Amino acid sequence: MGYPHQPHERETLVLSKHFGEAEARTLAGWKQRGGYRALDRALRMEPAQIVDIVKASGLRGRGGAGFPTGIKWSFMKPGDGKPHYLCCNADESEPGTFKDREIMRWTPHALIEGCAIGAYAIGAETAYIYIRGEFTEPIRVMEAALAEARAAGIIGSNAMGSGRKVDVWVHRGAGAYICGEETAMMNSLEGRRGNPRIKPPFPAVAGLFGQPTTINNVETLAAVPDILVNGAEWYTKFSRPDNPKSTGTKLWSVCGNIQRPGNYEMVMGFPFGEFLHEVCGGALPGRKLRAIIPGGSSVPIQTLDEAEGSLMDYEGMIAGGSMLGSAGCIVIDDAQNLVKQIARLVRFYAHESCAQCTQCREGTGWSQRIMERIVAGDGTAEDLDTLLSIADNMTGKTICVLSDSCATPIVSGIQKFREDFEALIKRRTMHPVAAAVA
Amino acid sequence: MSAHGHGTEPHAPVFTAAAARAELDDILSRYPTKMAALLPALWIVQRERGWVSEDGMREVAELLELTPAYVKGVVTFYTMYHQHPVGKHFVQVCTTSPCNVCGAEDVVNALLKQTGCGELGVMSPDGKYTVIEVECLGACGFATPVMINEDFIDGVTVERVPAILASLE
Ligand SMILES: Cc1cc2nc3c(=O)[nH]c(=O)nc-3n(C[C@H](O)[C@H](O)[C@H](O)COP(=O)(O)O)c2cc1C
Ligand code: FES
Repeated sequence: MGYPHQPHERETLVLSKHFGEAEARTLAGWKQRGGYRALDRALRMEPAQIVDIVKASGLRGRGGAGFPTGIKWSFMKPGDGKPHYLCCNADESEPGTFKDREIMRWTPHALIEGCAIGAYAIGAETAYIYIRGEFTEPIRVMEAALAEARAAGIIGSNAMGSGRKVDVWVHRGAGAYICGEETAMMNSLEGRRGNPRIKPPFPAVAGLFGQPTTINNVETLAAVPDILVNGAEWYTKFSRPDNPKSTGTKLWSVCGNIQRPGNYEMVMGFPFGEFLHEVCGGALPGRKLRAIIPGGSSVPIQTLDEAEGSLMDYEGMIAGGSMLGSAGCIVIDDAQNLVKQIARLVRFYAHESCAQCTQCREGTGWSQRIMERIVAGDGTAEDLDTLLSIADNMTGKTICVLSDSCATPIVSGIQKFREDFEALIKRRTMHPVAAAVA
Repeated sequence: MSAHGHGTEPHAPVFTAAAARAELDDILSRYPTKMAALLPALWIVQRERGWVSEDGMREVAELLELTPAYVKGVVTFYTMYHQHPVGKHFVQVCTTSPCNVCGAEDVVNALLKQTGCGELGVMSPDGKYTVIEVECLGACGFATPVMINEDFIDGVTVERVPAILASLE
């Protein structure tokens, strides 16, 4: 256990400043580090003022879609007489992503504070932190921190003596990637199967228990306290001068074939090539980096050239042929069978499909079988076209985007690394009968 | 209470015990509906009995005013509720691509061999182990993560397998 590496000098530590410090997990330790000042201040402000600050900061959702957080919060109408809910998405199941785990393990009070501020800002008295069932240690740490915060009156029926009620509870998932999709998460919280819901209605209109609800990722909420303390303008400075659309610091999880895997906190717009080679230490001895999946398994694969030319923010990653996603960066080197690894990702999606939509249920299964056939050396020349045609039918046609996510590594893989697929297909031995006729 | 491998009385009611009942009542107070306590209630059953039997589902259904069929539908959706007894040490190894490129399949093979399980999902002859492959455990930078019951072990390599198994009683 422990934070795997010393911070690199080119990191910008805001969220991860206290990673690795055991005392930061306790209420006393957190307060010594300035904790709960932001909540105290927030509870004495009007909810709309908080929303305005978050809007002005430019903070965008860190769960994958990058939706502006302040705007999302502004869809909620405090005082409409209905119970409101905040759900914190701690399902973190996107392959390559392991940043929320570290936030919860090391700075649980940052998340509690962010949840309490968020809840108050959207007019909610209750926030649920939905943590994936496998995260036993983060769950223990969060429960202990919540118990301390509750006992100290920081959360509860009279949060920090403000007369406002803000409760925060942990809800444990039970193994299902799809429950990270926000509407599936609400169903799961309600005690249902984790099937995504058709939108509209959007969660801000009818969400958890049919009431107005906001869903935010762990990292999004954990970023809020520092924004309130330091001001929106402070946050907007963490960006490249020519792109005001991506602001702040971002945790990047880096894994796979790289010298120093781990979490790194980078300012938006940092050059991705320098990040990979310098900050993360580059390729393992004797190997070369080959393919990079920069934002979790659901974003397009990049060639090394594309990756080296990208900038690490929402727009920069799109310009570089991919997406920022959840910033779970998977590095694959020249010693790997890339097609096998894409097939393994497809198997992941086939396993995790909730099977509601036909295109996803059937498409993920067919794609898996064809991909595995190619890896086994039994692929045919038509297989690539079949895969692309299935992928086309899986994109933009289902209730949620799990289906699209399964198609993404296939399509980008065939586009950018076609020779890998073709090499496997050519290896296929001819059918004995065909060989005899020929 | 130790998790898993309670061979005895897997079907005895769980919530007749005062502590479990109080725990459930506390959970119920957090939600506007009884149904919302379903996943937590099933977790309590699994903790106490090692798995979730049909009797366990019926008990939970009755307490939360749901039908047993509904509860079963939910149980079967999620991968972490055991619907049959598993080895005393339930070993889950992530083999999704990020861990796969770091040698996760070798870790699985070492575990299958050294536990005597031989095959994925099959309990070892001594009833001590079940090994399964799972999808991303959200710890990809710490390859290969292995979960044994409720304990999470980061950075497992083939070389570490014997010591890890030896540390389990
Ligand atoms: C299949 C699928 C899985 C998802 N998994 C997660 C997840 O594990 N964590 C997360 O925060 N968001 C996940 N999301 C995104 C959420 O639906 C949602 O956009 C996000 O939690 C909103 O929070 P944010 O605005 O703070 O990013 C997932 C989406 C899909 C379609
Ligand atoms: S891929 Fe193994 S933990 Fe994420």
